[in-house]
Amino acid sequence: MAIKVKVMDRPVGEVSYVRATMKGLALTFKHLVDPHKVTVQYPDEKWDISPRWRGTHRMLTTEDGKAKCVACGLCPTVCPANCIKLVPGEDEEGNRYPLLFEIDEFRCIFCGYCQEVCPEEAIHVGRHYENAEYSRDRFVYDLARLTSQTHPVCEMWDPADAKGE
Amino acid sequence: MLTHTLPMLLQVADPQLPPTTGVFVIFSIIKMLVIFGLVMVTVAYTTFAERRIAAWIQDRHGPNRVGPWGLFQVLADGVKNFMKEETYPADANKILFVMAPALAFVPAMLTWSVIPFASPLPTPWGRIDMVVADLPIGFLFTLAISSLGVYGLTLAGWSSNNKYALLGGLRASAQMVSYEIAMGMSTVCVLLLAGNVHLTEIIGQQVAMGWNVLLLSVAFFLFLIAAFAETNRVPFDLPESESELVAGYHTEYSAMKYSMFPIAEYANMITAGAMMSTLFLGGWDIPFTTWDNVPPFTVLKTLVTFGFFVAKTLFWVFFFIWIRWTLPRFRYDQLMSLGWKFMLPVALAYVAIIAAAVVALDRAGFTRGHKFGAVLFGLNLVLVVVLFFILDRGRVVSPAYSRLDRAAVDKLRAVAPSRATLRGPGA
Repeated sequence: MAIKVKVMDRPVGEVSYVRATMKGLALTFKHLVDPHKVTVQYPDEKWDISPRWRGTHRMLTTEDGKAKCVACGLCPTVCPANCIKLVPGEDEEGNRYPLLFEIDEFRCIFCGYCQEVCPEEAIHVGRHYENAEYSRDRFVYDLARLTSQTHPVCEMWDPADAKGE
Repeated sequence: MLTHTLPMLLQVADPQLPPTTGVFVIFSIIKMLVIFGLVMVTVAYTTFAERRIAAWIQDRHGPNRVGPWGLFQVLADGVKNFMKEETYPADANKILFVMAPALAFVPAMLTWSVIPFASPLPTPWGRIDMVVADLPIGFLFTLAISSLGVYGLTLAGWSSNNKYALLGGLRASAQMVSYEIAMGMSTVCVLLLAGNVHLTEIIGQQVAMGWNVLLLSVAFFLFLIAAFAETNRVPFDLPESESELVAGYHTEYSAMKYSMFPIAEYANMITAGAMMSTLFLGGWDIPFTTWDNVPPFTVLKTLVTFGFFVAKTLFWVFFFIWIRWTLPRFRYDQLMSLGWKFMLPVALAYVAIIAAAVVALDRAGFTRGHKFGAVLFGLNLVLVVVLFFILDRGRVVSPAYSRLDRAAVDKLRAVAPSRATLRGPGA
């Protein structure tokens, strides 16, 4: 059974195939000679990411190169994804330090709570997005890895300066 | 043969006269190799041009990372296609499956053998015509060969043992049959003016009377549409139709066998461009001067006319690409109704009009010169305005079968807001 398609009575300019084609050709030619390119040539030029970008983590260190972390246990407590593994240790002087500090970046939801809750401003989420690895287990960042990273860190949202100005 | 012809090559002959047979054979082989190489390189770079132009039209960059401006992308693609795995679908007809890409590709290249691409070249061994084979059957040969190309597509669809591929192949054959007729009819008008199917003489006729695009505008327009359909380019890419049929006739193909189909398509595009240039845009003729058309022929004339021919052909290649990124694909019924209900009747009527006009002008004592051309141009101007600006109101190139009358529209509009029973008139 043939399908009968009925057409509403539209203006001649829209219905005329030849004229519509000319119009289309003019439009595409306009874009051809005057393109509005927005593409960023990624590996050559990089996008300016937001100061509040929350990427993979980084642990800040003290002057003598040790992690600032005091193993208080707040970040594994606050972490909604339960991706931080922390085993606290204590030296002879009674200073606490992390024996084991691991973040599973696959489980992480990049909420940034760990940075907000940290009393020592040790753990930070980073302004960084090039995270490719050759194996899955490389995505569990240990303390050595967290402290050795150098990328800039996130500036958390400040209620006093809501628009980040 | 070489020992026989080499002494002939050493013989000095009049550069303005046809050469001896031996020289002719040697130069034919050279011309074949050069044309094949040129067309293949052009095909490769047309794929690149398509991607870049498509990108620019869509405000993107396109492939620009391999080599300067991405110019080596073509080589990278070639290497990729050669290195990829060739897969064969289960239950495919293997012989036809392997043969089909070649069947699609060969006719696309064959057409080039009869297209004259420059004014004759004077050499110390005689005058060499700048056409591989100056066949007296001219464009009849190209019509016959170009319709052979559909065998490749149909057999590819058939041998794949895939329903989408089969549908694509069937569409290819149906489309080719429908548009081949309109294409043939539009070339009949050229034949009426030139009195010959010989492509070199058609160019001569256009030199004498003016380009056929002005004298036979409607035939040119029909030929253009038919050329789009024959090359399976958008808006006539129903055989491929990637949004409906996966990839149409070449769904099951991979690696270089797949690559042969795009190569054939682009080769067809260039061929169609060359045919349009030859039949309607004066071939290698340079407009507004007869310097290039009269002896004595020189190497400079050959080069300049070749440049003009290439420019005309490449313009049409660009036009094919330009259209592709402008128009959406036709629906299948639109394709058929355009072919059979518009192009065929218009082509027939146009042949009758041109035939009558030619007879009338001959009787009125016009010689076949520029004045003859001017009268035909006037006639065509009227016909183009009537056809495309007065008649074309959704009737000539109809988007659908039929239009509603005023009363039915009003009835529909009255019903539409409630969305209760939108069944159309008579429901």
